[in-house]
Formats: sequence, C-alpha cells, structure tokens
Amino acid sequence: MATKPFSVTRLPGFGAIAIAAFIALYAPIITLVVYSFNAANSVAIWGGFSLDWYRLAWENDQVQQAAIRSLVIATFAAGFSTLLATLAAVGTTRRGRFKGQTIIYVMINQPLMVPEIVTAVALLILFGAIRTATGIQGLGYLILAHTAFCIPFAYLPIRARLEGMDMSLETAAADLYATPWQAFRHVTLPLLAPGILAGAMLAFVISLDDVIITEFVKSAGQDTLPTYMLGQLRRAMTPEVNAISTALLVLTVLLLTGFFLITRGRQN
Amino acid sequence: MAQSRTRTAWLLSTPALVVLFCAAAGPLMIVLVYSFLSPGEYSGVVWDPTLEAWFRVLFRRDIFDGTVSLADAHLTIFWRSVKLSLLTTLITFVIGLPTAWFIATRPARSRPLWLFLITIPFWTNLLIRTFAIMQVIRNEGILNTALLKIGLIDSPIQLLNTDTAVLIGMAYVYLPLMVLPLFAAIDRFDFRLIEAAYDLYASRWRVLRRIILPIIRPGIVAGSILVFVPSLGAYVTPRVLGGGRNMMLGNFIELQFGQGRNWPLGAALSMVLLVIVTLALLVYVRASSRDEERG
Repeated sequence: MATKPFSVTRLPGFGAIAIAAFIALYAPIITLVVYSFNAANSVAIWGGFSLDWYRLAWENDQVQQAAIRSLVIATFAAGFSTLLATLAAVGTTRRGRFKGQTIIYVMINQPLMVPEIVTAVALLILFGAIRTATGIQGLGYLILAHTAFCIPFAYLPIRARLEGMDMSLETAAADLYATPWQAFRHVTLPLLAPGILAGAMLAFVISLDDVIITEFVKSAGQDTLPTYMLGQLRRAMTPEVNAISTALLVLTVLLLTGFFLITRGRQN
Repeated sequence: MAQSRTRTAWLLSTPALVVLFCAAAGPLMIVLVYSFLSPGEYSGVVWDPTLEAWFRVLFRRDIFDGTVSLADAHLTIFWRSVKLSLLTTLITFVIGLPTAWFIATRPARSRPLWLFLITIPFWTNLLIRTFAIMQVIRNEGILNTALLKIGLIDSPIQLLNTDTAVLIGMAYVYLPLMVLPLFAAIDRFDFRLIEAAYDLYASRWRVLRRIILPIIRPGIVAGSILVFVPSLGAYVTPRVLGGGRNMMLGNFIELQFGQGRNWPLGAALSMVLLVIVTLALLVYVRASSRDEERG
C-alpha cells in the first residue's frame, strides 16, 4: 500500500470536514432551486419538471409590485449611498491623519455594529412619529433607511480602491496646472470608477436582501420581495417561494460575479 | 495644512454623516429615552419618566401583594439567546477552521474559486438561506425522508420549531462569517514553522495547539465576534425555524412593539442587547490591538 507523501499543510480530517462543509452549504440552496421547478404543489415531494411556479409568481400582482418596489428602493439606496460614500471616502482616505478620524470611521461603520433589530425598532418609533405628525407616506422612509445602512458597504470598496491608487498621477496633474476639481474629474474619478461601481453593486445587493429594517419601517402595502416571502410563512409553503428565491439568487450571483471581476481586475 | 486637511475630510463626509445620524445613530437615542418612559394604554409611551421598564427587564412585581421576583420568562429568553449564540460560535469554529485551512492550502490557481464558493453564501439573502435549510429539516423534508428510507429512524425527527433547528440554522447561515477571517489569518501563516515543529518531533495535535492556533488567534477572535454578534441579535432565523415559542432576544424585542404591548420594556431590552454587543466589540478591539503590539 502506498502511503501519501508527508505534507506539512495536511492535517488529518481537515479536508473531509471542509468538503462536508461545502456540501452542507450548497445542498439546501440547490434543493431549494430544484424544487422551484417542481410540478407538484409541494416543497418536499417531486412531481416532475415544470415552470408553472415561475409563471404563477410572475402573474401574481403582489409579487410583481413587491419586486418593482424592491428594485426601486435598491436602485435609489445604492445610488444615494454610493454618492455619499464616494464623497466621504475621497475626504477621509490618503493625505494623512486628521482630527476626528476615529469618530468618522465609527459613524460610517456603525450600521455594521449595531444589531439590525435595534436600528429597526428605533426607526419604527421615529418614522411612526413623523408619519403621524406630518401625514407623509411613501417609499421615502424605506429609501432613507436603506441608504443609511448601505453606506458602509459602498464605502469599503471605494476606500480600498483609493488606498491602492498612485497619488503621483494627481500630483502630476497639479504640476501641469490642473485645478483640484480638474485633477479630480479627469484623473482621480476615472481611476476610482471601478471602486465606485463595485461599491454600488454591493450596496444594491445589501438593499435587495434586507428583511428586518424593511419589515419594521414599511407601512401596510409596502412589501418588498423579502418581506413578502417572510409573510408567506404563515401560509402553507408552495414552490412559488422557491421560484422567487431562485430569481433573487440568480440576480445576486450575477451582481457578485460582476463585483469580483471588477475588484480582481484591480490586482492584475 | 493639517487644519485644512481636517476641514476637507469633515466637509466631504458631512452628507454621509447626516444621513447616518438621521436614519441610524440618532434614532438610537430615542430608544434610550423611551426606555425611561411609561407604556401608553394601547401602545406607544406616555411622558411619565420611570425606571420601571429597566426594572422589568429582570424582575416582575406581583399584581396582588407587590412582591418582587425574578422574571423567569425573560431570563429563559436571555439564557437561550446567549447559549445558542455561544454554541453557534463554537460549531462554526469547529467546522470553519478545517474549511478555512483547506481553502488556504489549495494551489494558488484554484484558491480564488474555493474562496468565491464560500463568499457566495455569505452575500446571499439570509432569508433565502434560512428558507432553504427549513425545507431540508422539515418533517417532510429531504433529511427526514432520507433517514426514513435508509431505515435509521422509524418516524420523522421533529426538528422545526425547536432550539436545535434554530442552532442548525444559525450555524448554517453564519458559517461563512467564521471561515473568511480564519482564512485571512491562515493565508498569512508561515508553513515553515510547522516544518520546524515536526523536525523537533512535535505531534500533529501539538502543532495545532501550540503553533497554529496561537498564531491565527486574531482570525479566531475576529470570526468569533463576527458570528457571536449577529447571532445574539438574530431575528429572522429564530422566527422562521424556532416558531413562536422558541424566541430569542430579537423576537422578544419585536413582540414588545406590537399592539397593547410594552414599548418602554422593548426599548430597554434593545438597549441591553446594544450594550452586550458593544462590550463584545470592545473586547475584540482590545484583543486585536494587543495582537498588533505583539506583532
């Protein structure tokens, strides 16, 4: 019997546990996707292949409106948060330390640290009071809340990109009599663009996925796809939920693949 | 120069800070204020400052004779939240360490692919992943069906709506949060150290305990915090997998904000959660700065 060559990186059992972990991570997701194509009205018994649940979800007014609402909120939240995060990243990155640096970092990353349920409760109280006092309804509250918690996700890739950038190019532009604005517009911004795009994609995914804050901030009839799905828990679960999940999954994976291609391009 | 640097930084950050203050940090102060008010008759609060909500976090007063006793129901929920969060952290570490080790020791060409495979679930909707695990562990789910078929069990195991289901679910959804920082630590690991240890007749177990674990400690601390903190505040996973009875702190807080419930108590509970999480983060910051000093 041939023995395996001795390797310092090998630890007994580690490979097996790792493979099992990957299988355990993906098996439930794959099962969920497979049952979205189930002809039967069940998420457990297979009744043959069909696209009926996609058609049903597509034709369901509630799902349609929730999907549109999710996309509208995510688009606005990603746009606003990326704009704000870009400004903040340009202001706080490179060019040395400044007073209050820690305060700004803590404030920007605060949504990553505070448990979402606590922020959700806080916003429920605040926005509830504003709604009662002013009578203003609409998606504005959701867009504001999403913009806030998307800021750190947009900020991080933009900052990472800025830190990896060569300052001498901007210095060269300044030497050639470019105004600070011209240097920013024609040198910094084009170089920064992949970071901004990556930040926007991440913010979009984060907004699209949010359940807790949306669940607490939304008023009646403002369901997004995730809160619609959460609402389905009370009813008997049909593969329609699987179909919606699969569609969301595909969208997320596409955006993430794009994100990885963009951020990897930086290293090459 | 330094002054104008500070001014530019603050000026450009102001728009983001304003939004964050309005829709994230600022409202937390309202919650703090609410925790010191009295509950309204149906919901909301009345402006009658009191410490009653904070008292009720841990104690209750008998309606008839006014005797004070510990609020058992609350303690049960606290204990379940802490217990399940610690267990989740432990399970994800035991599975996550080999997984991170495995990824870090792949050839440089295939490593990004394995890393991508662990990152996809990390960014995938938490609700979708919770639904996915729920459909697997239901009574009629794949797991029970498979176990029945191979004859390991005679009747389906009731997992859904138990603490075990919540634990499985949390370990499932938070595993990538453990693997990623562990990977980052192992990736920087100098494998010659292991070679040296083996040359000096160390056993595998000794190498793991005396060489690997101490060196990747920052990754272990970071992963544990990244799993423990969201576990403690978990809301979606216990709601979907635990049913109405196996509440964790997050669900209990939500319950207080329903109709006819106690908003100040909910506010006080939110603050308790926030304080525990802040303490955990402070422990992390201290531990990681100590690691940095050591170099």
